[in-house]
Amino acid sequence: MEVVAERKRTSVGKNVRKVDGVALVCGRPKFTLDVDIPGTLVGKILHSPHAHAEIVSIDTSEAEALPGVVCILHHGNVERIPYTTAGQGWPEPSPYDSFLFDRKVRFVGDRVAAVAAESEEVAEEALRLIRVEYRILPAVFSPDEALADGAPVIHDEEDAAGIHDARRNIAAAVDIPVGDIERGFSESDVVVEATCEIPYFQHTPIEPHCTVAYFDEDGRLVIRTSTQVPFHVRRIVARALGLPMHRIRVIKPRIGGGFGTKQEIILEDVAAALALRTGRPVVMAYTREEEFVCARTRHPMRVRVRLGAKHDGTLHAVEMEALSNTGAYGAHALTVLSNVGSKTLPLYNKAPHLHFHGKAVYTNLPVAGAYRGYGATQGYFALEVAMDELAERLGMDPVELRLKNHIRAGETSPIFEKIGEGREGKPMVVRSCALEECLKVGAERIGWHKKRTEKRREGPWAYGVGMACAMQGSGITGIDMGAATIVMNEDGSFRLLVGATDLGTGSDTILAQIAAEVLGVPVEKIVVYSSDTDLTPFDVGAYASSTTYVSGTAVLRAAEEVRRQILKVAAGMLEEAPGDLELSGERVISKKTEKSVALSEVGHRATYVVDQHQIAATASFVPPESPPPFAAFFCEVAVDTETGVVRVERFVAAADCGVAIHPKLAEGQLEGAIVQGIGHALTEELLFSGKGRCLNANLFDYKIPCALDVPHIEVALVKSEEPTGPFGAKSIAEVGINGPLPAISNAIYDAVGVRLRRAPFTPERVLSALLSR
Amino acid sequence: MKIYFELNGEQQYVDIEPGESLLSLLRRLGMKSVKQGCNTGDCGACTVLVDGRAVRSCITFAAKVRGRRVTTLEGLGSVDDLHPLPEAFLEAGAVQCGFCTPGMILTAYELLSRNDDPTPEEVRAAISGNLCRCTGYAKIVRAILLAAEWKREGRWR
Repeated sequence: MEVVAERKRTSVGKNVRKVDGVALVCGRPKFTLDVDIPGTLVGKILHSPHAHAEIVSIDTSEAEALPGVVCILHHGNVERIPYTTAGQGWPEPSPYDSFLFDRKVRFVGDRVAAVAAESEEVAEEALRLIRVEYRILPAVFSPDEALADGAPVIHDEEDAAGIHDARRNIAAAVDIPVGDIERGFSESDVVVEATCEIPYFQHTPIEPHCTVAYFDEDGRLVIRTSTQVPFHVRRIVARALGLPMHRIRVIKPRIGGGFGTKQEIILEDVAAALALRTGRPVVMAYTREEEFVCARTRHPMRVRVRLGAKHDGTLHAVEMEALSNTGAYGAHALTVLSNVGSKTLPLYNKAPHLHFHGKAVYTNLPVAGAYRGYGATQGYFALEVAMDELAERLGMDPVELRLKNHIRAGETSPIFEKIGEGREGKPMVVRSCALEECLKVGAERIGWHKKRTEKRREGPWAYGVGMACAMQGSGITGIDMGAATIVMNEDGSFRLLVGATDLGTGSDTILAQIAAEVLGVPVEKIVVYSSDTDLTPFDVGAYASSTTYVSGTAVLRAAEEVRRQILKVAAGMLEEAPGDLELSGERVISKKTEKSVALSEVGHRATYVVDQHQIAATASFVPPESPPPFAAFFCEVAVDTETGVVRVERFVAAADCGVAIHPKLAEGQLEGAIVQGIGHALTEELLFSGKGRCLNANLFDYKIPCALDVPHIEVALVKSEEPTGPFGAKSIAEVGINGPLPAISNAIYDAVGVRLRRAPFTPERVLSALLSR
Repeated sequence: MKIYFELNGEQQYVDIEPGESLLSLLRRLGMKSVKQGCNTGDCGACTVLVDGRAVRSCITFAAKVRGRRVTTLEGLGSVDDLHPLPEAFLEAGAVQCGFCTPGMILTAYELLSRNDDPTPEEVRAAISGNLCRCTGYAKIVRAILLAAEWKREGRWR
């Protein structure tokens, strides 16, 4: 791979202006709902008021008679095709257990019918006029209840496929033994066990799900939608509606945050169905309440970790058991469950005896799905709290225990091969790892050694420090594919067409930087167009921390091919060999004679003058490995021993994402992920009534951090050089969210000596733990 | 019902629906920078300035702006003539998805019109009603402090 030497780089590693930045800070109409198409109907969904029920009858006659109502769809008038709403690669690892509309509803908020009307008010009124008769079925609201003998079967439909054991409500199961776990524990000097649990967390992108479906002048269906996965939307909508894929075009404009919940086909199928039936444009947008209940959530999970270690701290046996609640449908059930183990266990690769096992279970609660961290967040909570307990039992500093056990460059873990994305993985050697340095930098910045020894107290406030480590991946090995096309314009500028999906992460900018670096032009000379299934090449989309690494490598390859083509033309112009030429400052320059020619002249010549042809290339990349980014997290908390209030005073994270292509964007990913994690740790939790109705589906009662809730956050990017990554880069988007839950729990323990194993660590929970000490 | 009001320096005489929110009216008039994130006044994405004061347009009746001066982000500058406040957001890396950005900028505009030398705590308090799920706020606070510095240096017009 030919890359520009680091000292000569003009784009990579620089904080260039975001390519979409100026338009965004000027409020230009770049989002899904910012277009007005004349004649657009408003689509609305009727949701189930019951957690589990059969639909006995639906009477839409009164609603249909309402002036302005154009169409009502329900299970009685649409084709029944099983599919999954999870926007993943092919073959799809999530069960086909969803239907456009079904005869049964499985949670409060499940789809019953959809209305298209001339206005939102009329659509809402029509929903009230639809008469539905339900036969209420017994419901289950936890995996334990769902697994009990005699529990109601949530997916008893005959035509679902890919469910692990529908009769027992088990959507997915994994069981991965390595070595002999019981022997491992019997040979260990110290054994500790920790069980940690998280409730329902929701992504809360500030832009709720929204989509517009319409027909273009050629009668093709266009879906303009707020999605992370435009190509999966096209494939899944084609399946769900029985349409040929070539009749569908999916466009992703700017999107207002995703974090995983938009890796899902939630409104696109319904809006497309309404547009097809009416022949008119249809707009649909979730309300905030719908976003909480009917979009997706993180999988609530109980994870039990048992660690066995030798006296010197070397891990000898690690067992991890996960019980995941996938809610009413199995979106991402198997893959999130798999990632609980696959993204955590390789971090401490010294133990020869491992056992990872677990189940993802259906319940009559909202549907879980992909959420930043994707199982690793749940796994690290338990693993890193257990590591803290182990350090205490061994009388060892928690940082020392990590240093003793964490994976290093040149090492591997059997887990890489044993657990993949819903199937076996691939063996992999870690080629870059700066975790040791991250631990040192983080410990120093927080003042770890001093603060661990002093026990500070001010009135009722007790202070403590805690830490945790984490890794993630960079894309999905052997499955993810990203492609890029680069076309040279005759003025020496370029068009970069990528299927990759910028969901606010800045990937359009990062991909432009990679292209600009190879082509020797400033980023402004790269016009980026992304995420349009008609105009851009394929890309799986934005998930699994893949874009910089996977799509970035595709861009690098395309740029290198375009560079070769440019040098060939320039060689003729300069009468020199292509090998003696280089690209820099928008010129082709001879290293031998210093003769040069402007790129605009090269473009002009190829387009209009001699041997006329389009300078362009398309390249693809499927990652043979998924290099992990690493991070060390340190935090200081204050605990009010009278009220149980926990205040995070400072949070320090040091992360190794290889070479940061855009350091400010990389820091922003880390800062944002940490604050989401702090929200998870302290305040966030969806609450449900005894009948499965969500009680706090609004931003007042489901508390995400505001600017006043956020402590002083310091992030440090610790450089490593990933030899397989574009310009040495790995991922950064997800790893940051894995740290706050365990680091804060461990800091609370350091402050007041109680272990918080159930998130969020609300004043009630902390106080009750303090009182039962 | 028809109302007169001033929108980004231009007089408007428009029909409004009974009970219509200011958010709905402004988006109908093409001011797409005004974003709907919750419709309950909790997220701040719909923030606009009415007579220079930051208000949540989703819970403000359109009828309330009769005879008043409304400013949306469209009124603050343009792609070709960038206002220093949004420019500071770019400079500090305070924009990720950009959906909360218009409301955040207008809230900051109101703060800096009252106080051009705020402390980080004052900035955090001012934007505490504007939720952002992407950035963790660190770079937004820095952007507003940078804009304040530019304002004190006389770089604002």
